[in-house]
Amino acid sequence: MASLAPTFGRGAMTNTWQDIKNANVVVVMGGNAAEAHPCGFKWVIEAKIENGAKLIVIDPRFTRTASVADYYAPIRPGTDIAFLSGVIRYLLEKDKIQHEYVRAYTNASLIVKDGFSFADGLFSGYSEDTHSYDKSSWDYELDDQGFAKIDDTWQHPRCVINLLRQHVARYTPEMVSRICGTPQDKYLHICDTLAATSAPDKAMTSLFALGWTQHSIGAQNIRTMAMVQLLLGNIGVAGGGMNALRGHSNIQGLTDIGLMSDQMPGYLTLPHENETTFEDYMKTRQFKPLRPNQISYWQNYKKFMVSFQKSFYGNAATAENNWAYDWLPKLDVPLYDIIRAFEMMNKGAMNGYICQGFNPLQAFPDRGKIRRGLSKLKFLVTMDPLDTETSRFWEDFGPQNPADSASIQTEVFQLPTSCFAEENGSLVNSTRWLQWHWKAAEPPGEAKSDIWIMSGIYHRMREMYRKEGGAFPDPILNLSWDYTDPTNPDPEELAKDMNGRARVDLKDESGAVTLKAGQLLDGFGQLRDDGTTESGCWVFSGSYTEQGNQMARRDASDPREQGIAPNWAWAWPANRRILYNRASADLEGNPWNPEKPIIRWSGTKWVGIDVPDYGPTVKPSDSIGPFIMNAEGVGRLFARDMMAEGPFPEHYEPFESPVPNVLHPKVRSNPAARVFPDDMAAFGTAPEYPFVATTYRLTEHFHYWSKHALINAILQPEEFVEIGEVLANEKGIAQGSWVRVSSKRGHVVCKAYVTKRIKPLTVDGKPTHVIGVPIHWGFTGQARKGYGANTLTPSVGDANTQTPEFKAFLVNVESVKGPEV
Amino acid sequence: MADLQSQDYIRRSATTLTPPSARSHEDQVAKLIDVTRCIGCKACQAACMEWNDLRSPVGEFTGSYDNPHDLDPHTWTLMRFTEHETDDGNLEWLIRKDGCMHCEDPGCLKACPAPGAIVQYANGIVDFISAHCIGCGYCVAGCPFNIPRISKVDHKSYKCTLCSDRVEVGLEPACVKACPTGAIMFGSKADMTDWAGDRIDDLKSRGYQNAGLYDPPGVSGTHVMYVLHHADKPSLYAGLPDDPKISPAVTFWKGLIKPVALAGVALAAVSGFLHWVIAGPNEVQPEDEAEAEHLLAAERSKKDGDNRYNADKPA
Repeated sequence: MASLAPTFGRGAMTNTWQDIKNANVVVVMGGNAAEAHPCGFKWVIEAKIENGAKLIVIDPRFTRTASVADYYAPIRPGTDIAFLSGVIRYLLEKDKIQHEYVRAYTNASLIVKDGFSFADGLFSGYSEDTHSYDKSSWDYELDDQGFAKIDDTWQHPRCVINLLRQHVARYTPEMVSRICGTPQDKYLHICDTLAATSAPDKAMTSLFALGWTQHSIGAQNIRTMAMVQLLLGNIGVAGGGMNALRGHSNIQGLTDIGLMSDQMPGYLTLPHENETTFEDYMKTRQFKPLRPNQISYWQNYKKFMVSFQKSFYGNAATAENNWAYDWLPKLDVPLYDIIRAFEMMNKGAMNGYICQGFNPLQAFPDRGKIRRGLSKLKFLVTMDPLDTETSRFWEDFGPQNPADSASIQTEVFQLPTSCFAEENGSLVNSTRWLQWHWKAAEPPGEAKSDIWIMSGIYHRMREMYRKEGGAFPDPILNLSWDYTDPTNPDPEELAKDMNGRARVDLKDESGAVTLKAGQLLDGFGQLRDDGTTESGCWVFSGSYTEQGNQMARRDASDPREQGIAPNWAWAWPANRRILYNRASADLEGNPWNPEKPIIRWSGTKWVGIDVPDYGPTVKPSDSIGPFIMNAEGVGRLFARDMMAEGPFPEHYEPFESPVPNVLHPKVRSNPAARVFPDDMAAFGTAPEYPFVATTYRLTEHFHYWSKHALINAILQPEEFVEIGEVLANEKGIAQGSWVRVSSKRGHVVCKAYVTKRIKPLTVDGKPTHVIGVPIHWGFTGQARKGYGANTLTPSVGDANTQTPEFKAFLVNVESVKGPEV
Repeated sequence: MADLQSQDYIRRSATTLTPPSARSHEDQVAKLIDVTRCIGCKACQAACMEWNDLRSPVGEFTGSYDNPHDLDPHTWTLMRFTEHETDDGNLEWLIRKDGCMHCEDPGCLKACPAPGAIVQYANGIVDFISAHCIGCGYCVAGCPFNIPRISKVDHKSYKCTLCSDRVEVGLEPACVKACPTGAIMFGSKADMTDWAGDRIDDLKSRGYQNAGLYDPPGVSGTHVMYVLHHADKPSLYAGLPDDPKISPAVTFWKGLIKPVALAGVALAAVSGFLHWVIAGPNEVQPEDEAEAEHLLAAERSKKDGDNRYNADKPA
């Protein structure tokens, strides 16, 4: 999501699952949709059968998705930017871009500052000491009024399209093939197929998931395809888009509600420690339009922020105390991500850990380090419906978890929780729908809801603060907690909090009351920055109104049978189903593809099957861009200062790679990545660990949960790795025999699946073997015991999000007699 | 699964009487498995296990995604994965849902010596009636698709029922209901054949010149049909028979020997009755049990080679 927001304005899947059926080309790269999203994949099949779509799969392995593809090409893990930069070069060189769209709806014409440059793998402003950039040169040249300068004739050498052309010039088909190992003919065939969707009435959808995010350059992987889609005019249109297929049923909800250490609900950002006053904080959050007349919707930031603080602190947040700004935590580092958390545990700087709905011993890299970290804690609280490996980390399970229980002093509190089917609530799916669900069964045994548990912890903490004072009791003591049963707030009450209410009678310009004090808001358009409204998560405003729980709607009618059912559940923002849908129409407001229109200009307003992602009566002639969250109103080919490692994507090798970076040997891997010294020391090299490994999920299992279910355990019972026939022959590994796979950080002993589906790739002239490591097995549950793939993986993350590099690292493999006992 | 009250049998094993067939106006049904849109997710397998309450033991990994490794008394349907390299060097991962084909001319039913243990309904579904099954294994020999499996626990033969219990009340089979990509469809045989035609046209337009429908004439067609990309080579799909036929031995048994054999069975019954009258009942002694187990074990190890018997491993 850290690349879609910098490109389009919002970090979310742009289209709907159902809309995939409208595509002419479906490209699955950086994901394995059939494997990981079999139910949603029906829409890909629908696109093929009903719309004659071509399915293209680019993946290191011939996957379940590839098994139904029209065309498959292999690629070395961690080289997607090189591949897609080559695609951009191809599109520009062959002039296969949607010209009108690119000129009007992207920042291709805007002029970049003189100081911006790129040479030898580094953009301007790099500091070797801090491994980060001074990004001041990564911006537009501004005129006297503060607007970005523009040259829509594309003559200016520093207009974005020309800088982009220059940047991708190095990614020739020869270079792409040399880096990625993809045969040139296959690569060019794919370029050609993608390029065909530059026609205004053709669309390509990009389906991706963790195959792109889980790299040290993950966000930029996604950004490169986002740029391809902008050049092809495929954003905002039916059958197009950048469709991030979320891996958990509610992971979009997690992002929306801001469960990251630098976020607050609704994509508001937590202050940094140098933003000591609310004024300082708001100074960098003005979002003044960068082109005349643009909507730049984040200009309303203060309304969202004040309404959030009112929701949290009620009457205690006042204009006088700057809406309780001082009670917010302030960040002293960019992110307290999980890699950092375990680094801190290992260094003794974090002593307690509340682990809610998370199983880091299985799910996070370098399992040995995770286990050592947990072993140093004073206390660990786990909250989970299942008996997780994390909650049993201290127990000796043999080679799969060789713990020395006697030496571990961590006190573990294992709190069983209810699961989603045992409580009311909403889940936000991939496509931003908030879908209400109803309790189907009572939780077993002593299991309690997360809400009940957290409320209990809160009340006890508040009591202690009341009695004992403490260093900083204000944020806890002043928290607003107005629920029927304070020990167990009803999910509907929490949903109403997030939607928000009027705190006084709200009046329109004529003085008429539009909403009475205490009534639920109709949408975020009613939010104000004077403390008269409250909303716990502004993007959800409209989900629970005076008309009732909109998330509980179940009307599946789809007016044009085009995959938009506006009365099924509720989608943020404002029930819009396809983001940036203004871009589905041309400059006059007529659909680019008359067969699949979303909205069009009627002469007085925007009409169609979706809520316009635009001012409902804004005339096409007003030259207001379709990307209303962006200050320039257009999609960004040049990301300004919003990415850690550069405004254009660049190919950097994974931190463990078998080859040098042939583009710039001195800058091999992401120069802006954060690597802790101990983690750096635990990176292996190709002479010791010559094979590229990549981890992934299988359809039969869901992460580390379903191994607790007998049927899933029967369907995929035992840990294995996938090894190509050529490598297996070289290493004398027989089908189904035992192997030992090792990285610098540890080893697993498991069965070998010798397969034709992984072939050696020729990378920089040398054969490169890929080994596939499915992740699902651990030491609890009904399936056979396994070591867990993350015993092998390196502890380094994407420079923007710190999502770990699970998809490309180095291992060795050897045949062994059997498991160690 | 159906009981003796069913009025819609059109065939009944080891029975010379014509079944009453009061509901013979029923449509012939078919399940159409479009392997070209199957992603091998095993939702069908899971649904089959759920609906029929079947649980095989948690097995081992032996070098493919086929889990369990074969059909067994607890596994009535199974995804079989085949990695196939085409002549032009491209790879195909052919995934076929295996299970009973519900032949129009069912070899199992013909071979079965136990009256009413195997029936065929007017809608074409071939069903095993466990109460009548004697576990002789003749259905195994009679099946050209190697489907039935004999349980070592209750010595009955098991296979897919095409969810006859669901179909009887107007529902689709559980696997059809669960399939996320619509690769498994269910309806009248005519409709399924028709739809398959559209699919085959689409596949041909995508370069699969030999795409076609698998509805083999050697068994007078089947009520489970496949859309294949390579209908010219069904055996590419984990050994789907190119031209399945009922074994000549079964035909011989059915045509000539069966009446004689049945007379033999009747004679044995009469002799048994006389023996009981004259000498009293035979009691099974522990040594008889041991001997039976020994024989069964020998039989199993012999049959394991062609995977027709699969042990009920303790869970």
